[in-house]
Amino acid sequence: MWEALKTALESNGLITGFVIVGITMYVAYLISNKLTKGLIHGSAIAIVLGLVLAYFGGVYSDGTKGLADISIFAGIGLLGGSMLRDFAIVATSFGANFDEIKKAGIRGISSLFIGVGLSFVVGIIFALIFGYTDAVSLATIGAGTVTYIVGPVTGAALGASSEVIAISIAAGLVKSVLVMVGTPFIARFIGLNNPLTAMVYGGLMGTTSGVTGGLAATDVRLVPYGAVTATFYTGLGCLLCPTLLFILTDMIW
Amino acid sequence: MVIYGVAILAGCFLFGMFCGELIGTLMGIDSNVGGVGIAMLLLIVVVDKLQKDGKISLPAQSGLAFWNAMYIPIVIAMAASQNVLGALTGGPLAIIAGIAVVLISWLVVPLLSGKKAKESAIEFNKNHPATGEVN
Repeated sequence: MWEALKTALESNGLITGFVIVGITMYVAYLISNKLTKGLIHGSAIAIVLGLVLAYFGGVYSDGTKGLADISIFAGIGLLGGSMLRDFAIVATSFGANFDEIKKAGIRGISSLFIGVGLSFVVGIIFALIFGYTDAVSLATIGAGTVTYIVGPVTGAALGASSEVIAISIAAGLVKSVLVMVGTPFIARFIGLNNPLTAMVYGGLMGTTSGVTGGLAATDVRLVPYGAVTATFYTGLGCLLCPTLLFILTDMIW
Repeated sequence: MVIYGVAILAGCFLFGMFCGELIGTLMGIDSNVGGVGIAMLLLIVVVDKLQKDGKISLPAQSGLAFWNAMYIPIVIAMAASQNVLGALTGGPLAIIAGIAVVLISWLVVPLLSGKKAKESAIEFNKNHPATGEVN
């Protein structure tokens, strides 16, 4: 009986994923409506529930893909993986206004450069406080606070130690999770209710999963504007961190 | 037909990814640079043109609207497959640096978006194709 259920769930992973996410969203909207009287948006709660599930998945399986590391829930990994995620992000631009994007063009692009530079510097400052003094480790940790992809890419290019690379990935993960959870709460205070600010936001924060998840929980109409800049951020970080930003770091330390 | 909408979306997606790979190769980095962003801009332009010419049927548009509306469920699946354990057990430096970078970036957002942003909030379009529970 258990075996039959397990086989049914495992061999139809993606479909299992639809059911799990459907149930999670139902519970989340129930909590949103009954417990917070709609004050906290249902999708924000659903994302937090997802992260909690991912935490227990990680504890249970000791893997790196959250709930998706448990075999019967592997389909969650496919549904939330980069292929379908990017496909759905592109679909969000159906309904976006091209004029708004053009209007915010310059600010969006400059926020990308400022975002990468600022994150890099903040990472370096904290690495210094924690006693790292060599340029390779500093640059790798700085790159990790850019995103959790830029960190290991930079670390590998510069030949950083695996301990430092692990720290850089973890710093990027903390950033991503915090942006995902925090965006709906901070949105009011930073004027995040229009396409222009959403594009600046995507360029400054950069973590695609964090930005698009956070904006989805704030106002789903903002997603395409944040995504259109955020998706350039990791590429820009991978370009700048191991080259220009590392050379600058190396000159100072 | 619904598939036409999905195919337009998929075609734009693949073209964007292809450009992103090319840009990455040209820059000499092993990463897709802006593929998704390019795909989004292309889709906006293509759909806008088709709508103005009246060449995209309602079922075709619903093929696009479906994936648009699937975005939040996919984000939740993405959240559930994050390495949250890794983030929480990454040590104090990782956690403090990760929190600090987010707080500082939040402070900079209003500085960069400026006053113009408030005006565009008023015009922010109310007709979103993802019908159903749009907030």
